Amino acid sequence: MKFFTMMCVCIFMVCRLQAQTDMDAIMLNKNVLCVGGMYSHNSWKNYWEGTYKRDNENLGTVSTQMMGVMGNYGITSKLNVLFNLPYVQTKATNGTLKGLKGVQDLGLSVKYKIHTFPVGQKGKLAAFAIGNFSFPLTNYVADFLPMSIGLHSKNLTFRGMLDYQLGKFFTTASGYYTLRSNIKIDRTSYYDTEMHLTNEVDMPNVAGFNARAGYRSRTWIAEAVLDNMNTLGGFDIRKNDMPFPSNKMNATMAGASFKYSFAKALRGLELTAGAKYTVAGRNVGQATIVNGGVFYLMDFSKKHATYEN
Amino acid sequence: MQLMKTDLTYKLLMVTVLTALVYWSCSKDLNDRSDSYPALTPASIDLDAGTWKPVLLTAADEFAVAAPVATTTPAYIAELNEIKGLQRNLSDNDKKIIKYWSAGAVLRWNEILRELVAKYNLPPYQNPDNTYPAPSAANPFAYPYFPFANPPYAARAYAYVSAAQYDALVATWHYKKLYNRAAPYKVDSLVKALVPRSDLPSYPSEDAAVAGAAIEMLKLLFPGEVAYIQQKADEQERYRIMAGANVRSEIEAGEALGKLVAQKFTARGRADRAGQAIGNPDIWKKFETDTEAKGEVCWFSLESPKRPPMLPLFSKVKGFLCDSMDIINMRPAPPPSTSSQQFKEETEEVLYYSQHATRDRIRIVHFWADGAGTYGPPGHWDAIAADEFVKEHYSEVRWARNYALINMALMDAAITCWDAKYFYFNPRPSQSDPNIKTLTGVPNFPSYTSGHSTFSAAAATVLTHLLPDRGSKFNDMATEASMSRLYGAIHYRSDCTMGLESGRKVGERAVLRAQTDGAE
Repeated sequence: MKFFTMMCVCIFMVCRLQAQTDMDAIMLNKNVLCVGGMYSHNSWKNYWEGTYKRDNENLGTVSTQMMGVMGNYGITSKLNVLFNLPYVQTKATNGTLKGLKGVQDLGLSVKYKIHTFPVGQKGKLAAFAIGNFSFPLTNYVADFLPMSIGLHSKNLTFRGMLDYQLGKFFTTASGYYTLRSNIKIDRTSYYDTEMHLTNEVDMPNVAGFNARAGYRSRTWIAEAVLDNMNTLGGFDIRKNDMPFPSNKMNATMAGASFKYSFAKALRGLELTAGAKYTVAGRNVGQATIVNGGVFYLMDFSKKHATYEN
Repeated sequence: MQLMKTDLTYKLLMVTVLTALVYWSCSKDLNDRSDSYPALTPASIDLDAGTWKPVLLTAADEFAVAAPVATTTPAYIAELNEIKGLQRNLSDNDKKIIKYWSAGAVLRWNEILRELVAKYNLPPYQNPDNTYPAPSAANPFAYPYFPFANPPYAARAYAYVSAAQYDALVATWHYKKLYNRAAPYKVDSLVKALVPRSDLPSYPSEDAAVAGAAIEMLKLLFPGEVAYIQQKADEQERYRIMAGANVRSEIEAGEALGKLVAQKFTARGRADRAGQAIGNPDIWKKFETDTEAKGEVCWFSLESPKRPPMLPLFSKVKGFLCDSMDIINMRPAPPPSTSSQQFKEETEEVLYYSQHATRDRIRIVHFWADGAGTYGPPGHWDAIAADEFVKEHYSEVRWARNYALINMALMDAAITCWDAKYFYFNPRPSQSDPNIKTLTGVPNFPSYTSGHSTFSAAAATVLTHLLPDRGSKFNDMATEASMSRLYGAIHYRSDCTMGLESGRKVGERAVLRAQTDGAE
């Protein structure tokens, strides 16, 4: 059973949970449900203040832990729906700033496998379209970076994806665009590059890509991952200033992820693990992320064919 | 094959429709309060404001303003033609400029000043050897940029600009009444009034007097922004001409008068001891030894690397309402001894708020935080005042007078608070108990008394006097601002209550002035 690892997209310190299934080529078959829990640990000591890389002894190492529940259901083998809901907790090792914690944003996705094209004798190319909507479930604090647990915007993401498979080797590439709603903060004015006498913040939209390649079989997935996000607008953190939700947060992360699917008696059980490192960034922490998850597949169909590549 | 093609088309169509369905467009426009302020329409033109008591001027006519030429002269008619020429070709941007500035000169310059404070309110980044560089007024463009517009610096800046603008307008009003020159739109019916019509005489221009005072003051206070300030002043003066409210010579006379008046304030500012407020390592050390000699735990910086305390000699700055003896006489009683049971209990109370933050308390903490990168607590109270004053339909001179009262009180509040902070040199809660984690940054100066409490009570006392019909509104806000520092776990309760008390005393000084300045 191949499916489901998890990743978190890190924005400064703030993590948005995203099902890897939003950016992988694996579809559940009709009437198959997969649910599970995941944990991720994100930490950074250095960060980019604009393009200037520095550390901050008043923060030390900032960490974000995330526990989430996720689910994926096959309406048909070509149309899957997904959800994820994270609980997030932040902490800094130095300084006095208090970490925050709470339930963050509920994410809902629709994943549609548009078409599969045969390529040559053995290869095949599949095209996907994915839509994701996420919104905050609680009135958590956005304007206390880097200790905030999220940015509190509503996000609508469109992703186009191509997957090429040749035997047990694959490569997947996707690009996305995220529309973000304005947010409201607790103060009635703020300065970005000019003064704003309002509690409303215009959150610039975000775009990026994801590329992954590796080995994919019934039992194992082992893949290298490159993940990129760019904020389309926003402003740089000024020298020695605090970060702000509408900063220009860019990040490119590289890493690997694995999944093992049990067979026989433990059929349906899946374990995932992954790690990523920020190789380039702007107004974000240079995060290292490790994550792991446990998932279980339940087949409500008669056929017991739970997945399709 | 044909079938497959149709299938693909169908699928692509589905994706497109789906995408269009989920796509919703939401307005990204921000609802900025500043954009919604209406054009100033004074309920009273305060024609006798030339008799109001100025702050530094010895008399309203201390600086002479030549009589204007008659409105029948060719020189004046040429100036009317300039207005008519401009009004024939107003661009959308010109109309925007008219709408912006017509909300009021004093209001807009206060907003500009608040923006500058926010821009410059950043603590300098450390040197490689873990010392901190100090900004230099002589070289404002080199990092760290001059000034570091921290709360005391900002309070002083707001006070000087407001007081200078007020004195400039008292002088302006004196000459307005004396020369009684009607506005261009009254002299010539072909000149359109693109601002609300007024019976106020238009020579010299009040807008230009306010701009002239701002130009002079900000050269001293924000020397890296001279070009920006000049650009704003030019825009404002062009607005008055485009709007048919002033001819160019009225602008020139107003600006010249504003500058002359402001030069009295810049001379005072250069000698008010603010330039020495940063102290030096020997002075910083002496606070420690003095406090230890009293048997008290002394404050140390919670920043890493340790930062020198913020403006420790600001207490010596010459106030507008209180002199140096007043500051000593008004000094609050000592805080609970760091070895006392009360101190222990107050520290435990802070720990409680640190560990039991509710969402609503965090909202209060962040609403009032006004920390780095903001216009500071004095700017926050100016913003609160602006929203109230807009409803009052004040004349420009009354706007200036009320801002001067509030901001002189805020500056003197900073002086009296800084006096207490460095006289007692009391540690912050997180120093007393490292388990105390804070919901906002810990300011880099001693704890007792709370600056926010002192500022807020001072401003609220003045505002309550100016707008008695608002009842306890401002005092309630001040109490909330004060408590926000306890909720944020950066102040003990004593800091807050005693800060409110001394702020109120400073505010009452401003109220005394208000009762006798001839404007009430």
